[in-house]
Amino acid sequence: MNDKVIPIRSEPTGAFEYISTKKDELVGWARKFSLFPYPFVTACCAMEFMAVSSTPYDTDRFGAALPRFSPRQSDLLMVVGTINHKQAPILLKVYEQMCEPKWVMAFGACATSGGFYQNYATLLGVDRIVPVDVYIPGCPPRPEMVIDGIMKLQDKIAHERHPILTKAF
Amino acid sequence: MSTQVLERVRSELGAWAQEAVISHGVLVINAPTGGVLPLVHMLKGRGFDMFLDVTAVDWLGQAPRLEVVWHFYSTTHKVRVRVKARVTEEQPDVDSLVPLYGSAAFMERECHEMYGIRFRGNNDLRPLLLYEGFVGFPLRKDYAKEQEQPLVPYREGFQ
Repeated sequence: MNDKVIPIRSEPTGAFEYISTKKDELVGWARKFSLFPYPFVTACCAMEFMAVSSTPYDTDRFGAALPRFSPRQSDLLMVVGTINHKQAPILLKVYEQMCEPKWVMAFGACATSGGFYQNYATLLGVDRIVPVDVYIPGCPPRPEMVIDGIMKLQDKIAHERHPILTKAF
Repeated sequence: MSTQVLERVRSELGAWAQEAVISHGVLVINAPTGGVLPLVHMLKGRGFDMFLDVTAVDWLGQAPRLEVVWHFYSTTHKVRVRVKARVTEEQPDVDSLVPLYGSAAFMERECHEMYGIRFRGNNDLRPLLLYEGFVGFPLRKDYAKEQEQPLVPYREGFQ
């Protein structure tokens, strides 16, 4: 009875050879670390955007460091600064040119709600024309708040559904 | 020293001198609506070679309602002069200063779209900061601050 030994095909190495996961979790994990932002930068929040993009805060840790200046290559639209009614058609066009999946971040008080403006010129929050995933308050926001916003967006991406085949496909 | 220069300019104003005062180091001249162009022509000859800006003030409730304000600077004497002229709401016409100062063209466009001042002689009064189709004059006091004229339809749930 003890003579019958099942032959071992290869020596165990100790490394992972198989993992089991769910498709949505796997795709979400991959997507949340490869955010390519499109900076739609219009106002003074640009200074804070430069600060958070630079070495001390290092958004490359989150895979969100490399800005793409073509909407077709990006999947995160960062609206940084005041949007006025004259610019709104341009913002909408950029958003519509981005490929799915895509997310939108409202960076700062003006992009979130119009900030302290209420007049003939200012759009009172970009969510009036494009759907927004993450709002970052502040005038301007601290780099830590932006990083918190990126992490919140990563959580959202990791936990949402990622259909491979869609109706449009 | 700048006061001496301005006093000399003021003494040369002739008929306009009684409507001119020196306030905070600036010579302020209240001109009749039709007399702006010859007055500015004279000022340009006295060394006021730089056109600083043209804007307007809306005195809501007063008649005439609108006041157009110009500023000029002399690069030789380093002094400023301010020219003001009242126009009515029904006929907000003043002479364009483009024949004298080319840089007036853009500022007259802005003043036209914001206050509705019509500049006779400026043939390019298209919107500069606003967009085609904008109704009204947003910097007049009777333009409500909530009045928006969006170019893009809002998403569901927003008005």
